[in-house]
Amino acid sequence: MKPPPFQYHDPKTLAEAVGLLGKLDNAKLLAGGQSLMPMLNMRFVQPDHIIDINRVEGMSGIKESGGALEIGAMTRQRDLEFSDLIEARCPLLHQAIMHIGHRQTRNRGTIGGSLCHLDPAAELVSVCAAHDAMVTVAGPNGTREIAFADFPAGYLTPAIELNEIVTTIRIPLWPAGHKAAFIEFSRRHGDFAIVSAAALLQVDGGKISRASVTVGGVAVAPVRVRDVEKAITGQAPTSELFAKVCESCRSIEAMADIHASADYRQHLAAVLSRRALEKAAGLADNAPWNRVH
Amino acid sequence: MGNMTDKRTITVSVNGTKYTKEVPVRITLADFIRYELGLTGTHLGCEHGVCGACTILLDGRSARSCLMLAVQADGHELLTVEGIAPSPDKLHPLQEAFRDNHGLQCGFCTPGMLTTLLEFLRDNPDPTEQEVRVAISGNLCRCTGYQGIVLAALDAAKRIKAARA
Repeated sequence: MKPPPFQYHDPKTLAEAVGLLGKLDNAKLLAGGQSLMPMLNMRFVQPDHIIDINRVEGMSGIKESGGALEIGAMTRQRDLEFSDLIEARCPLLHQAIMHIGHRQTRNRGTIGGSLCHLDPAAELVSVCAAHDAMVTVAGPNGTREIAFADFPAGYLTPAIELNEIVTTIRIPLWPAGHKAAFIEFSRRHGDFAIVSAAALLQVDGGKISRASVTVGGVAVAPVRVRDVEKAITGQAPTSELFAKVCESCRSIEAMADIHASADYRQHLAAVLSRRALEKAAGLADNAPWNRVH
Repeated sequence: MGNMTDKRTITVSVNGTKYTKEVPVRITLADFIRYELGLTGTHLGCEHGVCGACTILLDGRSARSCLMLAVQADGHELLTVEGIAPSPDKLHPLQEAFRDNHGLQCGFCTPGMLTTLLEFLRDNPDPTEQEVRVAISGNLCRCTGYQGIVLAALDAAKRIKAARA
């Protein structure tokens, strides 16, 4: 099991990388390599050219700007994990990071790589959907921004052109004091989730004033459950309410594969969205499934 | 120059020794370490990033060497299992703890366990059992049932602390 033959390019600037991507046929970008390298080793992909962007300057970093987190596409998942800024300002991302693979893979894996690989169960993909992130891509004619709702074009396929590179992810922040929870169900720690759920809540005067509920791993891309968001807004957060409204997740069109049937995924979507809301609202502190790890 | 012969010259420091070699661009870092450098302590299990046996430290951070190309390590510092012991006749406290706590049987996963735990104990010198279990969750062992490895890691944390005091 070895990578197939290819020609290797390691540009030092973004312009050089975009130029190569536009010029070379059947080229693949190599970011953290934690998905592409297994696919190469198993020969699921056989590119003629690998464009390694690990030596491109200025593509990583985390900062807060204009009410949003701005994260360079080549920022390693480890750096997201250990970021005090993210822990303080974006608790959903902080919680989600700990579910991504293992330390060895987070040390290499990048946020941009994860978004472009676009695994249906990828944690960072769900967080971007939950937070209505904006993705900046650079191409031969400059840069453009894509709303994350429009980013997935299909299974493992982002809506970017062949000659474009994701450079920055903007994650609009929720007000200080908002509640967040990210939970998932997987067979073993660090495995891809079969289903995950992300909840964001803003509670004012005992009532939910704003809600974001996302389930990952159910469909080809994370699903924002708008009817749940709508049904709980204006209500007081209770377990009974969440249990009732999350039943609607059973009607999400779900994938079936060797890991789980569509029915089972729909069931998990209903259960995990309810649990994520309960956890975010502080109603699950003593729940057996809510252990710290 | 055809695809099959695309090669690059790289310089890497492995366990403190500098190597300059011409390598095919498609060779993985794991195969480079084993076949080009002859350091066969780094083991290859799955070769697609699941088993953790090939874990090495790249500039002090753990990484799966089967998920990197050798050319990507150009200019970087690597540590493999051969570089953990302080001298040929003395084991590192982590290795001693593995020996004393039955942290290995067949030894296949051990290089990956040791490198993973070396980084982990540096980041977290006083871990809980649960934290150790999470830290080694990316390393598969089919002999020990993990119990001996967890005990070894907790024991190693104490030994490393005692050695520093």
